[in-house]
Amino acid sequence: MLIYLGRRLNLLLITLLILCIASYILAFLFPGDPLTNLSGTPSPSDDQAQQLRLMYALDEGALAGFWQYLKLTLVGEWGLSLSSQNPIFDDICQFLPASIELSLYAMFVSLLVGIPLGIIAGLNHRRISDMGILSVSLVGFSLPVFWLALLLILIFALQWGGLPMSGRVSLLYDIPHQTGFILLDIIMSNVANKQQVLLDALNHLILPTLSLSIVTSSLVIRLTRRSVINVMASDYIKAAFAKGLSRPQVFWRHGMKNALLPIMPQLAMQFTVLLTNAMIVEVIFSWPGIGEWLIQAIYQRDFPAIRGGMLAVSALVVIVTISVDLLIRMIYPLSKKQIHAQV
Amino acid sequence: MINRTYLGLMLSCTLSIGCQDINDAQVKQQGLIYCSEGSPVTFNPQLDISGTTADATAHQLYNGLLDFDPDSSKVIPALADSWLVSEDGLTYTFQLRKDVQFQQTHYFIPSRTFNADDVLFSINRWRQPNHPYHKISGGIYPYFESLGLQDIVAEVNKLNGYRVEIKLNRPDSSFLATLATDFAVILSAEYAEQLMQAGTPELLDSQPIGTGPFKFDKFKKNNFIRYQRHENYWQGHVQQQQLIFDITPTSSMRLAKLITGECDVIAFPAQTELRIVDERQDLVLEEKPGLNVGFWAFNTTKAPFNDARVRRAMAMAIDRKALLDAVYSDSAVSSKGLLPPTSWAFDENQREVHYNPVAARQLLDEAGIARGFRMNIWAMPVQRAYNPNATKMAELIQSYLDKVGIRADIVSYEWATFRRLLKQGMHDTVLIGWSADNGDPDNFYRPLLSCSAIASGTNRANWCMQEYDALIDEALRFTEEEKRLHYYRQANELLVEEMPLLPIAHAYRFQAYREGISGMQINPFGGIRFGQARKESK
Repeated sequence: MLIYLGRRLNLLLITLLILCIASYILAFLFPGDPLTNLSGTPSPSDDQAQQLRLMYALDEGALAGFWQYLKLTLVGEWGLSLSSQNPIFDDICQFLPASIELSLYAMFVSLLVGIPLGIIAGLNHRRISDMGILSVSLVGFSLPVFWLALLLILIFALQWGGLPMSGRVSLLYDIPHQTGFILLDIIMSNVANKQQVLLDALNHLILPTLSLSIVTSSLVIRLTRRSVINVMASDYIKAAFAKGLSRPQVFWRHGMKNALLPIMPQLAMQFTVLLTNAMIVEVIFSWPGIGEWLIQAIYQRDFPAIRGGMLAVSALVVIVTISVDLLIRMIYPLSKKQIHAQV
Repeated sequence: MINRTYLGLMLSCTLSIGCQDINDAQVKQQGLIYCSEGSPVTFNPQLDISGTTADATAHQLYNGLLDFDPDSSKVIPALADSWLVSEDGLTYTFQLRKDVQFQQTHYFIPSRTFNADDVLFSINRWRQPNHPYHKISGGIYPYFESLGLQDIVAEVNKLNGYRVEIKLNRPDSSFLATLATDFAVILSAEYAEQLMQAGTPELLDSQPIGTGPFKFDKFKKNNFIRYQRHENYWQGHVQQQQLIFDITPTSSMRLAKLITGECDVIAFPAQTELRIVDERQDLVLEEKPGLNVGFWAFNTTKAPFNDARVRRAMAMAIDRKALLDAVYSDSAVSSKGLLPPTSWAFDENQREVHYNPVAARQLLDEAGIARGFRMNIWAMPVQRAYNPNATKMAELIQSYLDKVGIRADIVSYEWATFRRLLKQGMHDTVLIGWSADNGDPDNFYRPLLSCSAIASGTNRANWCMQEYDALIDEALRFTEEEKRLHYYRQANELLVEEMPLLPIAHAYRFQAYREGISGMQINPFGGIRFGQARKESK
């Protein structure tokens, strides 16, 4: 297990290092002065430039420069955004939680809907309910998420009314930023009528969460269904039936756990798919997350912000992937046999 | 622990949805959300000429010495109670209002009420290049500089705590109107001094203090501006607890948010969206003629357009009513002259040319213009309120001209090139327009047709007539409206004879909001104002 842990950590560190190298190189590949792209100081005066060159060790060769960059990145000195002149790290700390929050809720909804439906479909293999669920999930899986989001807005916000289509909570409520997770922030704030504000925030959550979770639910359904079918066809299940157990008994005692455990990693991996989809959905729903922020940065050619945002998102994806992997190996003994790291 | 509170809250949420609607309605009534089109550049309108900045700041945070009455567009008192103009029109004395409170925020607590020092500070800041605050935030005051006001104002004196005297170098009866524009706001001298001592003078323009109905709370660029009610506003109680600018650059997005109720009022509904707003029961579309004019200008430096008969004939060959129907789709009024009906100097009985193709042809014959004469019409490539579709209008004019035997070609360039070539006088005729930034009639007569406006590039007819210039100069020497009107009437008469340009329409300004909002009045020029706005539950 220790060797395994070591290998995973190794993989994590190396991937993160490669990401850092890539982001450092980006600063030189983007148009404009690398110094500006690294620091976010628009057109530094001679004094400032001198200072910044020293800070980023630009004159001491690529390796020293990168080493310096790595150190600065680790302590949270990510430079300034060109358009707002805010520290990029602070901005990311403010916007990333919003994306994570949205993805988490969508994940929760997807699992809540996807797993039961997948099990039903798997148990009724090749029957009408299976076909029905499968075709619905196929449709859900094929819908582009941005189109779905617009469709939901059209139906639930504009046509039927009632549901808001932008932001996380009505601007009338002034919620101070603490954790970046809106529901937590509301609970921690001392705003009057807390319940009502929470309700408003939940209302704002419905459409973005729905448009994200439809696609993921379909994936979860298909994964679960396949796994349930495989398990139900295995010998030990047949043996259980032969012992005279009823169908529910067989499934709950032997089928369920064995069907779900192998697909746990794949299910958890959906989180990264969700995060990328969330970035698209954010733009449509004006959700103040990292996706919206990155798109604005791209529009405004804010190279330091693009570099920082890219680094943050990819690092998050890598960290989530590897920690989920680790967690599952710990609770699922079969996979311990695979020593070599894989992503 | 948090988890348990959270669960409890969720539970009580679901249980008490019924009574929450009432509660929610109350809170929502206390705030108004305006979906605006962009972020302001600064929170001091002295520093920027754009409408976005003026909308966000001028009437929310500040007051000027004077103001415009939105109905008659006359100058009315604001922070100045009353004023006197000397016989020679050179000295203006303002009696200031007493007990006007500045806003109190977490960054500034005023120790005194508004007085003459604030007026001196606010005017001297843009006027005197050596003023300690002149260079702060860039040192450029575009509106005052475009009028050359720093040269017109000779001195600003404090007579006593509530009396200020402004001396001019030459008479300028549009001076009062200038002081009533969005840009001539009054800042707090005490706050400026405090900031200067703290070594952060630049905060004056980003953390503003004024006397207006709302005080600044928070601003997040490209996201929102939050204003809170100014509790001691001198014009009386402000209804809304909060005013929020939700910055939404896309016009369709603003409309969608208006429909879902996320905005109470939206900025600039697009021409194509007006019908949607109009058709919905829960939305209100208000319209009002704006202070603008769309016109067809003849380049009077080119033959045969240097002949007034030709210009009049062209004007008579066009049915303006048809143009109005086709291009403005009921969102404009037909022009009688340069001035829109909202201006106080508008003359109801003004003479105008009427559609008469037969008389037009006769005039052309008199002037020696043969059938088959070729000319061009320049149509501006962009949409403006005063002319939403210049190309379409040019096509209609083309067909009208064809009926009197004139063949017109339509010319258009990319906007920047278009204006550059226009300034060089390459055109025969051009379809373009003008939007005024203050309520004074001089703001139409002078920039559009005076001799000096040829150089600054706003006189599209390149028309210069000493007689006309003398008339509008003379009008500025008087402050009584009746006397000025006398000269403007003569100028109008001259324009109908000379016809350097044919005024076509004055376009409406639109405002869309949700039902239940009241106290929103369209300002024919200048920024939106929310001081009187009310929101009622349905």
